[in-house]
Amino acid sequence: MARNDPPRRSVLAGLSHIALAVWALLIILPLLWTFLASFKSNTEIFGDPLQLPGALRLDSWGRAWDKAHIGRYMFNTVIVVFFGTAGTMVFGSMAAYVLARYRFAGNRLIYYYFVAGLAFPVFLALGPLFFVVKQFGLLDSHIGLILVYIAYSLPFTVFFLAAFFRTLPETVAEAARIDGASHTRTFFQIMVPMAKPGLVSITIFNVLGQWNQYLLPLVLLAGDPDKWVLTQGIARISTLAGYEADWPGLFAALSMTILPVMVVYIIFQRQIQSGLGAGALK
Amino acid sequence: MERLRKYGFVAGFLAVPLVLYSVFVISPYVQAFQLSLTSWNGYSSIVQYVGLDNFGRLFGDEVFWQALRNHGVILLVLPIVTIAIALFLSFLLNLGGGPRGAGMRGVWGSTFYRVVFFFPQVLAVAVVGVLFQAVYRPDADGVINGVLARFGVEPVGWLTEPGLALWSLIAVMIWQGVGFYVVLFSAGMAAIPKDYFEAAALDGAGRVRLFFAITLPLLRDTVQVGWIYLGIAAFDGFALVQVLAGDKGEPDGATTILPVTIYKTAFAYNKVGYACAMGVALFFLTVTFAVLTLRTTRRERVEL
Repeated sequence: MARNDPPRRSVLAGLSHIALAVWALLIILPLLWTFLASFKSNTEIFGDPLQLPGALRLDSWGRAWDKAHIGRYMFNTVIVVFFGTAGTMVFGSMAAYVLARYRFAGNRLIYYYFVAGLAFPVFLALGPLFFVVKQFGLLDSHIGLILVYIAYSLPFTVFFLAAFFRTLPETVAEAARIDGASHTRTFFQIMVPMAKPGLVSITIFNVLGQWNQYLLPLVLLAGDPDKWVLTQGIARISTLAGYEADWPGLFAALSMTILPVMVVYIIFQRQIQSGLGAGALK
Repeated sequence: MERLRKYGFVAGFLAVPLVLYSVFVISPYVQAFQLSLTSWNGYSSIVQYVGLDNFGRLFGDEVFWQALRNHGVILLVLPIVTIAIALFLSFLLNLGGGPRGAGMRGVWGSTFYRVVFFFPQVLAVAVVGVLFQAVYRPDADGVINGVLARFGVEPVGWLTEPGLALWSLIAVMIWQGVGFYVVLFSAGMAAIPKDYFEAAALDGAGRVRLFFAITLPLLRDTVQVGWIYLGIAAFDGFALVQVLAGDKGEPDGATTILPVTIYKTAFAYNKVGYACAMGVALFFLTVTFAVLTLRTTRRERVEL
């Protein structure tokens, strides 16, 4: 088809490609460099940055996993994000469903009470939050962090899912009620399956948000490095790499944090893009 | 009986979310406003009310003004540059193939580009910060400086030059953010009926004309959403500055921002009351920004 184009147009198409390729390279190169640097030796890293590693050294990956505790950080993160997101989805969808589909005194009030949380920057709550969690004896514990994650994910989750539950047809719920299904059963067996697309989007949104959270664990888990999550761990490894001069270890740790995210992203990229996009429509 | 069962169900479903939310979200926010009027240090059992003293002190605090100036720069630069790059790239992706046959096409490989552009968005900001430490290394071994060295350029202290550090940080925010807005704007562009472009192309409008006469006016609402998002992001930046520039907002306060200052004031200096006052100031800044943006950008919509 390109043959039929006037030359001016193919020149423009070529220029478009160059602009797009430049931005793509800007994204890919730092990541590729990190990945390659994890196989380099210290001297190679401090040599010419454009050089490939002289040999495929895997020992830095082992060091990062064991000595720098990437394995533990990753395990902690998975635990916290799993229960954090699960809790957010269960409680968020329950509240959203009731607020969207049941009429009772105070419904609007409670709805706006939840949504108001979107207006406040988390930095405002930082100091007091620390002392609230401390009062419950939940500092430096995963349970504390999980509860805080759930609480801070609720406003957007409730807001988004309430809008979604409102769009579901009344007739199906009606039919279930006539057949004698209880309210709880109607919710779990009829409404949740019907709301699946919305639930998937908001789950992805919450998983990413909680996986990438840095501020809250920094404040709430500060006292116990064994409990730390990946983002904290990576920041510490980066500080330590300066003292211990283990730069390949740092880049191995960094690659190890980035790679799983990349794999999941490539598999689910369509859902992730629309899931995060859902966040922008609030 | 049925009524009772319904209310029992409603109460049962709302109880746990309401308690969690009230305890961990609302109560800290309320306490923050209250503590901003005290000189509480975090451990003393006596909480002393000092009225608006904290706010008075805030207005005389050089660090606070430094932080505000930095937020001002970010607030001006980040949305404009990010949106400009994102609009440009998404226009190329969606319509760069030119008018043809039944309508406009995207360029070849547009899915690949979109996947790559969006990827930084799923990385944790802390991880991106560590990544860019290597990119910005001030000696000749940094990724950028190493490349520059090939062209005989002396190493640049991207994060150590006071005049440069903030710009380097903003560049990272743009690097990470653009892909998200490319996807957002692409979705907006896909919703514009193809015959608009066809008609304009028949009338002899070139690509640039198509962009300014059709795409941009019809994307107005989407761009506005992006603007508010980026504006709110301009008041954050905690993880990036904390990881990349260190606690102190080096060099010379050039990268001092409110969130990092709040964190330090509360947990390193134990001035919880004062930190809360800063939080209150930050809250009013973000709200003012959001309201102003909505006010000034609300104009008649272009009807499709």
